[in-house]
Amino acid sequence: MTTINHKRRVALKSGGSLAVITAAISAGVLPVNAFAADWNKAAFDAKTLNDVLKAMGGSAAEKSGDIVITAPDIAENGAVVPVAVASKIPNTQSISILVEKNPSSLAAEFDILPGTEANVGTRVKMGQSSNVHAVVKAGGKYYVATKEIKVTLGGCGG
Amino acid sequence: MADPMRIRAQLKDGGITEVRVLMAHIMETGQRKDSAGNVIPAHHIQTVTATWNGKTVLSAQFGPAVSQNPVMNFSFKGGAKGDKVVVSWTDTKGDKRSDEAVIA
Repeated sequence: MTTINHKRRVALKSGGSLAVITAAISAGVLPVNAFAADWNKAAFDAKTLNDVLKAMGGSAAEKSGDIVITAPDIAENGAVVPVAVASKIPNTQSISILVEKNPSSLAAEFDILPGTEANVGTRVKMGQSSNVHAVVKAGGKYYVATKEIKVTLGGCGG
Repeated sequence: MADPMRIRAQLKDGGITEVRVLMAHIMETGQRKDSAGNVIPAHHIQTVTATWNGKTVLSAQFGPAVSQNPVMNFSFKGGAKGDKVVVSWTDTKGDKRSDEAVIA
């Protein structure tokens, strides 16, 4: 019995479960963001705007004046910063809110379905003063708008 | 089981239904440490789905950076007074909660 178990360990190690998962993603076996019920871990782990875009399946985002971020210029309490995003871009498919200087950039992603207004709001935590990006996916392309929010009291840690 | 959500759905001019949801959740980030220096494990809402008369009108993914007791506002076209709006969420521990409201 011991030998069999031992071999199994070796096989697992050499196979490398991580490598298998990575290969599955790159081969398109695991959908990155096919269903809303699936939580896009890669995107929520990503540190920068570009990494988040990559994890969502996009590449570069175009700056757009048709995205309106409604948020305070100065937030007194970083634990509760109200942020609303409205997109005037036709066929908006999703709206994401990113806080640049948070440990992980992506805060929330909303899938906009047909009939739903491209206007969502929530409250996010901000560790420190930072740029907040609103990323809009429309017609398969990505657009971004940025607003700087100053935080007087951080919302992470403590 | 988590505390119920507070959902308000209101029919506005132009046939747009405005929905406001307040979810009761700790939204622990996994970044904080307790007094003994141990990391408090992350525990936050991951997915939120809103349906109107059984049709999905919004689905969202939340990261740990959404504030404690998350608020979510959105609006959709086509609702009528008396229609049901159901909002449900799932968190990192697999807990679920579903609540409904009637459009006013």
